Amino acid sequence: MTKPEIFRYGLGLRKPHYQDFLERRVPVDFVEVISENFMIDGGRPLDILRRVRDRYPVALHGVSMSVGSADGLDRRYLARLRQLVDEIDPIFVSDHLCWTRIDGFQSHDLLPLPYTQEALDCVCANVAQAQDMLGRTMLIENPSSYIAFADSEMTEWQFLDALCARTGCELLLDVNNIVVSAANHGFDAIDYLHGIPAAHVRQIHLAGHSQGEDLLVDTHDRPVPESVWALYACALDRLGPVATMIERDDDIPPLETLLMELDIARAVQPSRRAA
Amino acid sequence: MSLLAMQRNFRDRLQQESPAVTDSFGSSAAPGLRVYQNTYRAQLIDCLASTCEQLRAWIGDEAFFAAAATHIDRSPPHAWTLDAYPSSFPSTLADIHSDSPEIAELAWLEVALADAFVGPDHDPLPPSALADVMWEDAVLLLTPNMRSRSMGTNAPAIWSALAAAQEPPNAITLPTPSHVLVWRSGFTSCFRILEADEAAAIDAMAAGQSFGTVCNDLVAQHGEKQGVPRAGEMLGRWVKDGLIIGVKDSKPGTIG
Repeated sequence: MTKPEIFRYGLGLRKPHYQDFLERRVPVDFVEVISENFMIDGGRPLDILRRVRDRYPVALHGVSMSVGSADGLDRRYLARLRQLVDEIDPIFVSDHLCWTRIDGFQSHDLLPLPYTQEALDCVCANVAQAQDMLGRTMLIENPSSYIAFADSEMTEWQFLDALCARTGCELLLDVNNIVVSAANHGFDAIDYLHGIPAAHVRQIHLAGHSQGEDLLVDTHDRPVPESVWALYACALDRLGPVATMIERDDDIPPLETLLMELDIARAVQPSRRAA
Repeated sequence: MSLLAMQRNFRDRLQQESPAVTDSFGSSAAPGLRVYQNTYRAQLIDCLASTCEQLRAWIGDEAFFAAAATHIDRSPPHAWTLDAYPSSFPSTLADIHSDSPEIAELAWLEVALADAFVGPDHDPLPPSALADVMWEDAVLLLTPNMRSRSMGTNAPAIWSALAAAQEPPNAITLPTPSHVLVWRSGFTSCFRILEADEAAAIDAMAAGQSFGTVCNDLVAQHGEKQGVPRAGEMLGRWVKDGLIIGVKDSKPGTIG
């Protein structure tokens, strides 16, 4: 598998930085946008995305596909996403290993799945349908989670491995989410890195989290912490060069601050720990 | 528990703190379930607050968050896009603030402005395209990013003052309802108050009536001497505002 070196370092494109990306050449290899923010009829947001797309490769990252829904995918959602994919020609199309919708109810949050054979069958069927309708391979991102199900029959990494094997999908590895879930559920993050199918990882997310009352919470509202940088170095050992981006969704700092953080990612060298 | 049953239980847990539902996940799940429940509500509150910024300024944080909490309990989200969630908020506000009708009207205005902002793109018809129109049979095609309603209060004036960071007027009930038109001009959502005859003309055109019929109605209202110029005045304003995106003959075929 060839990994596209030219798309090595990117940033999430967020509203406070729109003008920066349009008015100057920002030193990134790609930008990532939240798909649903642009699955709209028209207006300024879509115009901005079109103009950004003229200047930078774009990755589409979704939050509402709900590949874990037991009652299947929303075909109207898929048709709308396909429309955006056809127009933008993104370098990646991704969503999360989670569910967000059931019986028409939309949680607008990434809800956890039990890692059972039944859930695996469900997610595989949904991802296969999505890939068919989109006409391309999807990247599935490992989520942060706050509860673990007693009836899980496999680990999250075993689940992802089986998902890739059965559907041919690729992975978006969120290193921060591994740190958060490892702390919340008591597994070893290095075991996770060793368990995922490395050849399927096409993109990495780096982000920050917060300490909640009882659990670590994936808040994306602060700089990437040392624990995430350390695991990122281990991930590079296991994966080799992978498209990497900083994901910041709240308390968004000036673009220069995020670019400095991206420079840290550029400087991270593989660790010997996971080699 | 099947995946479907778990997801239905989880949905119920998000929507209300039910001990029976908590028990089905085990007591050790309680802290995690709280994280999900907080995130669910916070997302929806943020969505309502970002759409209804001036409403929040008008009624204050306490009343706004109480109204948002009531709305979340009454109207769980059903669309994949959060853009759709505020659409029924004005209805909730009309119920819980029935003594202050300007509150629901302010919310309606903000939701309409937000909807127009992401509505479909259409090029407005340039004035030159109107040169050869046979007006008697012409049907003016209006931008789909247009919405109008009558309002019984001065909510638009309150909104304008708040948006300009000025002291808003007191809420008043109007002696006769006003008509508010919301649309998008270029990439900017805007609104204005319509006279009753213009509101009727726009409603007629939206219903597919020809401009000739609209002119006849205006002549019937104002007389020949004032009705025809009034129709011309309105047409000029609609073109300037970018409300007209095409013209078709009431006989088949689009001509502009």
